[in-house]
Amino acid sequence: MPNPDAEPLVEIRDLYFSRGANSIFKGLSLDIRRGQITGFMGPSGTGKTTLLKLIGGQLFPSRGTVFVEGHNVHALSRGPLYALRKRMGMLFQSGALLTDINVFENVAFPLREHTKLPEQIIRDLVLIKLEAVGLRGARKLMPSQLSGGMARRVALARAIVLDPMMIMYDEPFTGLDPITKGTIVTLIKQLNNALGLTSILVSHDVEETMSISDYIYVISDGEVVESGTPSSLKQSSSEWVQQFLNGYPDGPAPFHYPAPEYIEDLLLGR
Amino acid sequence: MMNWLQNLGRKGLLLFEGLGRAAIFFVGMVGGLGVALLRFRLTLREIYSVGVLSLVIIVVSGLFVGMVLGLQGYVNFAKFNAEESLGIFVALSLVRELGPVVTGLLYAGRAGSALTAEIGLMKTTEQLAAMEMMAVDPMRRVFAPRFLAGIISMPLLAAIFSAVGVLGGYFVGVGLLGVDAGSYWSQMQASVDFSEDIVNGVIKSAVFGVACNWIALYEGYDAVPTAEGVSRATTKTVVRSALAVLGLDFILTALMFGDI
Ligand SMILES: Nc1ncnc2c1ncn2[C@@H]1O[C@H](COP(=O)(O)OP(=O)(O)OP(=O)(O)O)[C@@H](O)[C@H]1O
Ligand SMILES: [Mg+2]
Repeated sequence: MPNPDAEPLVEIRDLYFSRGANSIFKGLSLDIRRGQITGFMGPSGTGKTTLLKLIGGQLFPSRGTVFVEGHNVHALSRGPLYALRKRMGMLFQSGALLTDINVFENVAFPLREHTKLPEQIIRDLVLIKLEAVGLRGARKLMPSQLSGGMARRVALARAIVLDPMMIMYDEPFTGLDPITKGTIVTLIKQLNNALGLTSILVSHDVEETMSISDYIYVISDGEVVESGTPSSLKQSSSEWVQQFLNGYPDGPAPFHYPAPEYIEDLLLGR
Repeated sequence: MMNWLQNLGRKGLLLFEGLGRAAIFFVGMVGGLGVALLRFRLTLREIYSVGVLSLVIIVVSGLFVGMVLGLQGYVNFAKFNAEESLGIFVALSLVRELGPVVTGLLYAGRAGSALTAEIGLMKTTEQLAAMEMMAVDPMRRVFAPRFLAGIISMPLLAAIFSAVGVLGGYFVGVGLLGVDAGSYWSQMQASVDFSEDIVNGVIKSAVFGVACNWIALYEGYDAVPTAEGVSRATTKTVVRSALAVLGLDFILTALMFGDI
C-alpha cells in the first residue's frame, strides 16, 4: 500500500496558462506524491493533456511554476530538462508511434538514442517490455498495421523501456476492449507498485480511474474542483462531482462550449 | 481605407514573424549538423530518399533538356556554319544555368514536397512531440540529417543532370544531325573552365540545396497539424522553393558572371 504521506514528486503552484483568449488554467495548485497513482478527471477540453505537456516542459505557463523532483521545469536549460525527461515516460493519447519503423524499433528507439547497449541486450529489453503488453508476437508489424488499442500498448511499452521514475498516461483506456482495458489497468497498477514508479493518469473512465488511483483530482474550468481518495470522492457532497462521477447529463457542469444564447443564435444568427 | 491599412500592417507583421521563426528554425537545424555528421547513417538513409529516389526524374529530364539544347543549338549555329561550337553551347548552358536551376525545380517538386508532407504528418501525429518527451531532440534526430542529406544530394543531382544533358546533346547533335564528334568534345573541353563554370555551378546548386531543404523542412515543421494544413504546406513548399531557386539564380548569376 503506498504511503499516503509520501513527499510530492511534482508540485504545481499557482499555474496560469492560456491559448489565445481561452484561459485554460487559472491558478492551479496541486501535488503529485511519489509512488502513488494520481488520477486526473474532468470533462473533455478542460486541459488535461495540456497539463501533462506543462509538466513535461513542452508548454510554458504564463505564470506559476511546476516543480519535478525539486527542479523548476520551466527554468531548466536544455541539458538538464532532457535529462529529466529521460526519467519521465509519457503515453500520448494517440500513441504517437514513429510511423517509419516497426514495433520492435519503436520500443527500441529510446534505448538506441540514449544508451550504447549491445544489440543482444536491447533485444531482450524490448522483448520483455513487449511481452508485458502482450505484443511480443507483433514486433515485426508496422504502426500502420496496428489497431488503435495495439498502438497504445506499443506506446506504453516504449514509455517504460527506459525504466522511468514517473509515467504520464494520457487517456490510456479509451478505445480498448474490456479485456485489454483490464490488462492495462493491471499493468499500470503493477508497474507502479513493482517498480516504485509514480504514475499520473488522465482519463474519462471513471470506473477504471477510481479503481486504481490512490488520489484523484477532478479539474474543471482551470481549477481543481475536488480532490481526495477515490472513496472520499464518492462521498463528496459537491453536486458537480456527483454529476461527473455518475454521468448525469445535466447539472452544474456545462455540456456546451461557451456560446451566445441558443434562441438568439437561431433567430438572429448571421 | 483604414481597414486596408490595418490588413496590410497585420500581413506585414505576420510575414516578419514567419521569417523570424524560419530563421530560428534554421539556426536550430544548423546546430544539429554536427550530430548529423557524427551519426552519418541517419543522413545516409535520407540521402537515399531525397537523392537516390530523385535520380530517375533527374536523369530523364536531363536527357531531354540536353537533346533539346542539341537540336536548338544545331539549328541556330548552322546558320553561321558554327555547328562545331555545339558542344560549348550545350555544356555551358547546362553547367552554368540549366543543371542547377532545373534540378532545383525538380527537386522541390519531387523531394521537397515529400519532405514537407513527411514532417507535417509527423507533427500531426505527435511524433515530434513524443520524441521531445523521450528526450530526443527532433532538430538533431529528424531535421538536421534531412537538411544535410539535401545539401549533399543537390549538387550531385545537378552534376548528373548536366552530364546526362551533355550526352543528350551529343546524341542529337553528333548522332542524328552529323556534327563532328571530335569538335563537339574538344571545343567543349577547351571552353568550359573548371573554376569559372563547374565550381560556380556547384556553388549554385549547393545554395539551392540549402534554400529548398530549408523551405521544405520549415513548411512541414510550421504546418497546421491537420490534413488540410499539411496539404497547404506541401503546396507552399513547391511554390516558394521554385521562386527561391529562380530568384537566387538571378542574384548568383549576377555575382558570378555579371562583371565579365
Ligand atoms: N494547439 C492548440 N491550439 C489552440 N488551442 C488548443 C490547442 N490544443 C488544445 N487547445 C485548447 O485547449 C483546451 C484544452 O485542451 P486539452 O487537449 O488539454 O483538453 P483535454 O482535457 O485533454 O481534453 P480531452 O479529454 O478531450 O483529451 C481545449 O479547449 C482546446 O480547444
Ligand atoms: Mg486530452
